[in-house]
Amino acid sequence: MVKPLLMGAVAYAPKVVTIWEGFKEYFRRHDFKFDYILYSNYERQVEAQLDGSIDLAWNSPLAWIRADRMARIRGLEAHALAMRDTDRDLCSVLVVRSDSRVEVTGELTALAGQVIGFGALDSPQANLIPRDHLRSRGLLAGRDYTAQRFDELGGKHGDHIGGERAAAMALMAGEIDAVWMIDGNYLAFSREGILPAGATRIVARSGSYDHCNFTAISGISAASVEMARRFTELLLAMNWQDAQVRPLLELEGLKAWLPGRTSGYDLLIRAVDDEKFYDAEGNILATDYRY
Amino acid sequence: MPPIIDIENLGLDAGAHLLIKYGLREIPPGGQLRVVGSSPGWEAQLSAWCRVQGHNVSMQQQQQGGRLVATVIRGDADAGRWHNALHAGRSDAELTGAAADKALSSWGLAARGAMVEAGAPDIHFRLDRKDEIWADTAAVLYAQAVAAQWNPGTAIDWNEPFDLPAVVEDAVAQLMTYLIENEVAALVVPARFLGQVHPHFREIQSLLAIQVADEARHIEVFTRRLRLKGREPALSTAGGQASLKTLLDESDFSVAGFLLSVLGEGTFVSLLNFLHLHAPDPVTRQIARLTARDEARHVAFGMSHLSWRLQQEPQFRTRLANAVQSRNDALVNTAGLNEEVFDALILIAAGEFTPQAIAAGYVRVQQLIVDMAEGRRIRLERLGFEKEDALHLAALHTRNFM
Repeated sequence: MVKPLLMGAVAYAPKVVTIWEGFKEYFRRHDFKFDYILYSNYERQVEAQLDGSIDLAWNSPLAWIRADRMARIRGLEAHALAMRDTDRDLCSVLVVRSDSRVEVTGELTALAGQVIGFGALDSPQANLIPRDHLRSRGLLAGRDYTAQRFDELGGKHGDHIGGERAAAMALMAGEIDAVWMIDGNYLAFSREGILPAGATRIVARSGSYDHCNFTAISGISAASVEMARRFTELLLAMNWQDAQVRPLLELEGLKAWLPGRTSGYDLLIRAVDDEKFYDAEGNILATDYRY
Repeated sequence: MPPIIDIENLGLDAGAHLLIKYGLREIPPGGQLRVVGSSPGWEAQLSAWCRVQGHNVSMQQQQQGGRLVATVIRGDADAGRWHNALHAGRSDAELTGAAADKALSSWGLAARGAMVEAGAPDIHFRLDRKDEIWADTAAVLYAQAVAAQWNPGTAIDWNEPFDLPAVVEDAVAQLMTYLIENEVAALVVPARFLGQVHPHFREIQSLLAIQVADEARHIEVFTRRLRLKGREPALSTAGGQASLKTLLDESDFSVAGFLLSVLGEGTFVSLLNFLHLHAPDPVTRQIARLTARDEARHVAFGMSHLSWRLQQEPQFRTRLANAVQSRNDALVNTAGLNEEVFDALILIAAGEFTPQAIAAGYVRVQQLIVDMAEGRRIRLERLGFEKEDALHLAALHTRNFM
């Protein structure tokens, strides 16, 4: 009996089960043996992939960086097989209330002494990249501004947007002066009415960066290169026009799968180093990180 | 140059996506739309929106004036969603083909005429064939029913003074007990079908719904009349309920409509008209007049549906005749109309407890029975039954009236 391709994913919300059960069924329809294992956090998942427990991991960008570093140190090579169209060229935005004293977009010196809200400690989009953005403009937490963290579900690398939502609510309640969030959440919170129309302004925008990818590590996986190739092929063949497939794509938040690329992680790599989140070998440095 | 729209100072957190969305509708997938704006961070919002919508976007700083211009390349995801979508008929029933011969389960709860996305869940409705349920007059009858709704609290003068001999008031209580039981059957039968009719057949669904509401009102007013002089409900017989149960057991919409509406409610119209004329008190007469009007509409629907069905399927007439015969066979060992109800009718038509009044009441009830059978015969002939058959079937109808 052929062993299935084993994929790891992080259970950041109950819908994750629905998603991967749906994918499993899709692969089954195409005679491709596929199964998944859910992890409670990305750190455990990366370690599992390195010890050969899983062939493939649906990784956050931060998990990708750690997997890549841990692979290199072992003389292995990590590959990004595929990603969502919506994983490319994201950016984070710094939002203030309309009456903020930060008047000119990009002029962040007015933030001095203010309280800025961030998402979970391990959130690339709402903590690491935003802190890096401010650092690169000469603003350091504790010295130039006060950072207030809205930490929810450590180890999920910010996939759970609860932290960003709580921070947005704190902004509107006047508890903090500014808040970082991923650009898409800014629109989502507007639709939810958390950020009333016209009540807020975007005053800064991070550089663009990529998000999740399917990570394979050559040399340790029992699954053949052929299986990874077939997996990617079937994934990329998922068509938005197909009514059977569309609900899965909607749940996972994409219109089309694209080939993986690793050119969009530079910003996060710099942030990981500057914020001392992982070291060059993928060891966790952040001391107050709970997962 | 691709078309350009200016969202001015409207952010995508405040509705600007609509301007862009409608702008993109004017161009084909792959085509370009340029966008300019002035709200702080609009370009970040636009990028996020385009990513989720499946459009590509790029930003260019204009040479003169330095204005930022976004170029959106329309993706095909929006069009893709409607690939293989199905048109569920037309909303106007007057148009040819508006209501399909068979409504698809994948149309589900969608409004008739809507464009239904492929992949919508199948919602199964047992009655999904037009020939099983349709009536061309349904929309008109529904409109009439809506216009003719009445408020029991104000349409009937409950305070009009009257005082009947105790024995006659008892008879009224017995008759109301009987009427309530029958109206419960007349409510339950369409209510059971109501949830089984595919919503595509909106006119039928609406008409059944209002018919159920009519019966609820009838049950209310009969109960109120029963209790008006302090009485409690009287007797309910096994035979009466056995007769009504045969209506509840009928699973074919047309056969049930035939037995309940054409024969049963038709017979009830005669009974209610009789009460309107001969009831001994003004409240019962008013109730009878109003309820008869509603029941006549129910009969009209039954007649209209069966005429339509028989037009499509003339041999269905045999099935209807068999249904009357079977019901008669099933009820042959039951008492039929309970003696208490028959006697109550005589007393009600008499109005007084004297030999002369009872004699007059008896004659009126005999005439009622004849009129009821005659009404059934006429309706059967209108449905195309031969005179002899109509006469025979009219006589076979349950002695319980409904």
